[in-house]
Amino acid sequence: MFNYLVQRLATIVPTLFFVSVIIFGLQQLLPGDAALVLAGEDRDPNVVAYLRAKLHLDEPLPMRYAYWLGGVVQGDLGESLRIQKPVLDLILEKLPVTVQLATMAFLIAIAIGITAGIVSAVTKDSVWDYAANAVALWGLSTPNFWLGIMLILLFSVSLGWLPASGYVSPFEDPKANFAAMIMPAFVLGNAIAAVLMRHTRSAMLQVLSADYVRTARAKGLVERVVVLKHALRNALIPIITLGALEFGTLLSGAVLTEQVFSIPGFGKLIVDAVFNRDYLVVQGVVLFTATVYITLNLLADLAYFAVNPRMRG
Amino acid sequence: MAAVAAAAVAVAPELSPGRRALRRLLRRKGAMVGLAFVVFFIVLAILAPYVSPHDPLATSWGAIRKPPSELYFFGTDEIGRDVLSRVIWGARASLLAGLVSVCISLGLGLPIGLAAGYLGGWVDALISRVTDAMLACPFLILAIALAAFLGPSLTNAMIAIGISATPVFIRLTRAQVLSVKVEDYVEAARALGNPHLRIALRHILPNVVAPLIVQATLAIAAAIIAEASLSFLGLGQQPPSPSWGSMLNTAKNYVDHAPWMAIWPGVSIFLLVLSFNLLGDGLRDALDPRHG
Repeated sequence: MFNYLVQRLATIVPTLFFVSVIIFGLQQLLPGDAALVLAGEDRDPNVVAYLRAKLHLDEPLPMRYAYWLGGVVQGDLGESLRIQKPVLDLILEKLPVTVQLATMAFLIAIAIGITAGIVSAVTKDSVWDYAANAVALWGLSTPNFWLGIMLILLFSVSLGWLPASGYVSPFEDPKANFAAMIMPAFVLGNAIAAVLMRHTRSAMLQVLSADYVRTARAKGLVERVVVLKHALRNALIPIITLGALEFGTLLSGAVLTEQVFSIPGFGKLIVDAVFNRDYLVVQGVVLFTATVYITLNLLADLAYFAVNPRMRG
Repeated sequence: MAAVAAAAVAVAPELSPGRRALRRLLRRKGAMVGLAFVVFFIVLAILAPYVSPHDPLATSWGAIRKPPSELYFFGTDEIGRDVLSRVIWGARASLLAGLVSVCISLGLGLPIGLAAGYLGGWVDALISRVTDAMLACPFLILAIALAAFLGPSLTNAMIAIGISATPVFIRLTRAQVLSVKVEDYVEAARALGNPHLRIALRHILPNVVAPLIVQATLAIAAAIIAEASLSFLGLGQQPPSPSWGSMLNTAKNYVDHAPWMAIWPGVSIFLLVLSFNLLGDGLRDALDPRHG
């Protein structure tokens, strides 16, 4: 386990290095003088001078990268020019809202995706199989911001059951928080459910034809026990691992979902930063997201390694 | 039984692998429905000036947020523009974005992936690490960041989506090249003294194209959603030019008074993306019978 961890960490270091190069490179895409663009429409000479000094714009490119990386390693992702706050503080402030949304979405995706995948595999080539596949195709083809608008039309405008937008902290009012988050969580979970359904179906089909499942059936076990206890348990390992990799999709989806439902999370932070031309926030959010993604990837790999004895050789 | 098998053996060599794949594709109803809708949208986009009933940019203060009627089949928007005409013209932006982005991804991903897989060594290690780094940035977030830094426009959105989707093509091409380059016919080409470039382009490339076609079809679907997402956020097609994403961005503010403004652009995105997904699934089954 220790050797595997060292091996994985050794591959992560160069990946993180190139992530930093790509994200630093984003700034080089700005047309003209970066300090003038970053200073916004006012172009206050004091702000321009501050930015030029802060970003070391008079230095050669490799030196600028070294200064920037040095700051990042110490947790300094720069400062928001609009809100006048460190970017990392802003991200950490908004993160709990998005984590709650993503967690609820993931649970909904697991409930729909894994159930539909099991039904589809067990009833292969039946009406249920086709229906589950149709649900997966629907999930993969529906833009989640449109689904959000349609659900608002149905549940908020027509039926008046749920609030159309807004956010209430779960510590203030858990019921209102649930009412505000359930619709966005469903919207966000929809696409992941489709991916999980396809993974579950193929993993279950593989496992259901394995010798130990045939043996379980030959022993006269009830089909439900065979499917849930013998097949699903073994199929779940790759499903959960692959599911963890869908985190990136969750974060991408959160950007749009939070925009539709006006949820003040991580996704809304990047959109607002784009509109306010607060480029350092955009850069910081991408770097933070990539780092979290790489870390989760590592944890998923380690979990897979830990629960799968064959990988330990 | 033996007679049937013998007949199959006798018939099989007459069909090339390409024709066999085409036959399998034609037998898949889902893929054919998808193809029909894709063709329909392409024809609609090309003939937009002739088939749209109104000017998509013409405003009418006397027809603000009118529900669907005989004059305006899909209703009108917040400044009296015909929603149907804007949906028809919006197909151009979506299809253009889908096709151009994927061409960018393929144009970059294929040669880089080919070089990584064929050359191996430090070239492969370097390309693989850069690919890993790009894949670590969630697709849409990277596209948003690129579009934000490049500036909001449809062209920049297409570039942003194309670059963000490139690592998938690099990785796929590399994996295919790694499995093909150890085949006997490649060894034979090498033994005959063919130069590396000729081996890569003449003997390896044609044998890695099939999965790339499938991936490209599915990537068009993803790129159409990505363009709609960027336009929805204000980073793609700029007003007043019509695009399904920007129409939905405006429509979300009028969902209680004029729901038709949101329904039709969304249905159009859904149908076009579904069509490419159906076609992509069908192509995958046809080109790789193990999936069938």
